[in-house]
Amino acid sequence: MAKFFIEYLDSLSIPILPEWIVHALVYLIVGLVQCGVLLAIVMVSVAVFTWMERKIAGRIQDRLGPTRTGGRFGWLQPLADGIKLWTKEDLVPKNADGLLFRVAPYIAFCASFTVFLALPFSDGWVAQNLNVAAFFVLAVAGLEIFGTILGGYGSGSKWSLFGAMREAAQVVSYEVPLGLCVLIPVMIAGSMNLVTIGNIQAGLFTNWLIFHDPCTFITFFVYGTCAVASVNRAPFDLAEAESELVAGFMTEYSGFRWSIFFMAEYGSMLAVSALATTLFLGGWNGPVPVTELLGWTEAAGAHPVLVQLGNLLGAANFLCKTYIGVTVMIWARWSLPRLRIDQVMTTCLKYCLPIAAAMLVGATLWLYAFPGGMILKQRLPDVSSQVPSDSCGTKTGDG
Amino acid sequence: MSLERLDPEMVEFDVRTDEMLINMGPQHPSTHGVLRLLLRTDGEVVTDVTPHIGYLHRCAEKIGENVTARQWIPYTDRMDYLAAMNMNLGWSLVVEKLLGREVTERTRHVRVLVSELNRIANHLVAVAAYGLDLGNFTPYAWTFREREKILDLFEEVCGARLTCSYIVPGGITGDFPAGWLDRCETFLQEFEPIIDQFHSLLTNSAIFIRRTGGIGVLSPEMAIDYGCTGPVLRGSGVKWDVRRDGDPWYTRMYEDYEFEVIAEIDGKYPQDQEYPPVPEAVVLGDSWHRYYVRMLEVVQSMRLIRQAMEFYRQTDPQWSDPIKVTEKLPKGQVYLETEAPKGQMGFMVIGDGTAKPWRARARSSSFCNLSVVAELCRGGLIADVPAVVGSLDLVLGEIDR
Amino acid sequence: METQAIIDKLREKFAAEIVGSDLETFDPWVEITPGSVPQVAQFLRDDPQLRFDLLHCVTGVDYFEPDEKKAAKVDWEPHVEVIYHLSSMAQRHRLVLKVTLPRWKDDTPGQLPEVPTVSHLWNTANWHEREVFDLSGVRFVGHPDPRRMLCPEDWVGHPLRKDYEMPTEYHGIRAR
Repeated sequence: MAKFFIEYLDSLSIPILPEWIVHALVYLIVGLVQCGVLLAIVMVSVAVFTWMERKIAGRIQDRLGPTRTGGRFGWLQPLADGIKLWTKEDLVPKNADGLLFRVAPYIAFCASFTVFLALPFSDGWVAQNLNVAAFFVLAVAGLEIFGTILGGYGSGSKWSLFGAMREAAQVVSYEVPLGLCVLIPVMIAGSMNLVTIGNIQAGLFTNWLIFHDPCTFITFFVYGTCAVASVNRAPFDLAEAESELVAGFMTEYSGFRWSIFFMAEYGSMLAVSALATTLFLGGWNGPVPVTELLGWTEAAGAHPVLVQLGNLLGAANFLCKTYIGVTVMIWARWSLPRLRIDQVMTTCLKYCLPIAAAMLVGATLWLYAFPGGMILKQRLPDVSSQVPSDSCGTKTGDG
Repeated sequence: MSLERLDPEMVEFDVRTDEMLINMGPQHPSTHGVLRLLLRTDGEVVTDVTPHIGYLHRCAEKIGENVTARQWIPYTDRMDYLAAMNMNLGWSLVVEKLLGREVTERTRHVRVLVSELNRIANHLVAVAAYGLDLGNFTPYAWTFREREKILDLFEEVCGARLTCSYIVPGGITGDFPAGWLDRCETFLQEFEPIIDQFHSLLTNSAIFIRRTGGIGVLSPEMAIDYGCTGPVLRGSGVKWDVRRDGDPWYTRMYEDYEFEVIAEIDGKYPQDQEYPPVPEAVVLGDSWHRYYVRMLEVVQSMRLIRQAMEFYRQTDPQWSDPIKVTEKLPKGQVYLETEAPKGQMGFMVIGDGTAKPWRARARSSSFCNLSVVAELCRGGLIADVPAVVGSLDLVLGEIDR
Repeated sequence: METQAIIDKLREKFAAEIVGSDLETFDPWVEITPGSVPQVAQFLRDDPQLRFDLLHCVTGVDYFEPDEKKAAKVDWEPHVEVIYHLSSMAQRHRLVLKVTLPRWKDDTPGQLPEVPTVSHLWNTANWHEREVFDLSGVRFVGHPDPRRMLCPEDWVGHPLRKDYEMPTEYHGIRAR
């Protein structure tokens, strides 16, 4: 987007300011806009998730959930919650390490939010089209743990420390199988660029990487397990296990700071779910390639507005799948008891890790045996030529 | 002595550097009230547990010496507030035994009916809280929904939902309102299929079995040694139920009634109903069995309620009158244990010829059941502490009295 | 086993220790001397015919009438009674064991009367004896953990004593 504006301004060649200042300003403004848009998406999603969580939990538990705030379905409940939390007294325990205690929630939130910088919402709709996006997402998402550890350590409470230690052990362990699971789509696509990975799944839903071969199918579920564990959702929510550790690392947090942690958690849920969508569930490509059938693609020479409209459809598609992923997480939380810490580690090291490793080998052999890769591939005519062969996509971000 | 004096346990100097002393409670989500467990942990491993109780102590026994026998009934409500009917029954029976009063047939069946209904309510709370302790919220909502219906029935009978004071020495405070039995029958019919849902949520859940199977194994010898009773004892495979094996003054209340005492004997639970199978990963006497016994007892209580309703309809409407508030107690002392939902609840009364008992004693079942907690938790993980404490089904009102 | 037979068996072994018994009352009881409690209890628990494996309850009862007018009418001397309710799951019989103690050791107010513990025989007794110590003021000699059970550690007095006066204040909290 920035490049587009810069080229536009350059073409106008109005000599008001030196060129470099104009460029810097354009980059700044575009960056801020992108940031705002992403923040809006994350915040709205978090609000929707809290509402969904309440409603789904209510329905599972044979009650209604919120019904009054904001009309019949209580859809303003997240806002009411937010106002309540933000107006609460700002408490810092006497024994807490003030600096760490205060800074921890922001570290967690920043880590969870930065992930969206590299996540494509549609073909080319990405803030920064990194050619190592998959790696970047994993690396940054892993940073969230620092917020948790610092929060737990800085609280000066034994329960918080326990929560932080559990989280550290758990997340660090689950990063390994998670990384292996991510490696498989990356290997199939031959690129770490998430836009590329999304684009090779274009076409019918049988092109989605989950249906690429039996190994990826299994990998998807391993990834799901590891993702739930790495964002600390039930049944792996040991770091804040309220029946054991009061509230784990969040024991001493309240009000605004607590809500920041809360948003970080829900943001991570969105992030891992979005990553799963991109890697396995076809990203922004719907089950049926509607835009391609309508000819709303650049390749078909459609009007740019139609192309962007198609992208909008893709983004809606993408968010839809992501939300379904989150719904499954919520569903699991309200139906399953919590595992014990040793059982969580067993699940990771004895089951997830070997399975993921075996699947990596399996997928490699499958690629070797069937060089075309996708035996189920049913591309529509003249679409396959649109798949970018360039593995390090250079498409400009279009936030 | 002053409050500044530190807790002697907290300033122990034998705490090694890699150990930590942690207070679980009195404000903690899974200690079922105001229980305080002092955990000595080495990492996640619990090396020692010291329970501290008394945060809810009201010296109910002292109050019992200063009110008359009839007046103490509301105080028994507030001991085990989840099974008030059973507590009322225990004190009423012991006072009746001292007075030599017998109740009419109809009163007897009413008593069986309400106390078994309350047993279901109590076990529902136990299962609900156990689910919560293990991080599963949904059983809580489901069982409380059913329990509400029982409390609604109680409300119709005696006006109170929790602190019933319905069974009093000498009889009961009133007959069922019109149509109550039909509503009770409706409840049972609605409730019966729902038990399967609880089983599917917890009993057969792989994670639940992993969390409870083999955790807190209580051998029958240890259970008897610590005086554990009720589902805790039966979960260890001891077929002992005071409703069947207790004092004749109590067991004859259950005359003509048919029910099974739920305990695993020779690897088998009574097969009079359809029960989900016992998984292989569990050990007799562990937390899972204690939970399972409660679930099965609910079914037995339903059987008893159905029989009681039948008997109620058959008997003449003759009622025994409750004793006067100032009824004088003869000299003598009586101790009687009844099968409360949490175990054997014993009451002792010593009469001295006046209306006020010379001594009123409550032997709490949860008190004894809790005393074994240190043995069960030692060597486990922190996460096992709620899993064990929850399976003992404690109510601190009864422990602290 | 009939209660009479149990008591006969006890008399055979501990003739000197048995102070009295009553079989006609609601719960037949045997009274023994305080010093012999562990021996008698051990015998009751371990004898194959008796097998009292379950200790239900330990109770302390204070017999003391603070009101002088009423005190003149009572038919007992002031004393403290400790009551053990025993039963056998194996043999299906029960027994009440009683011990009579002076209200104060050596008649010095404040000196708690003493009786040997049975907590090494039945673990139930561990907490129950702590409770009796806490509320009724009886010291159980040899108890492994002789702390208060229900009252705070620094509580003064034993509430179930008949002459107990509730303190007016506890750490600045008005108590009555």
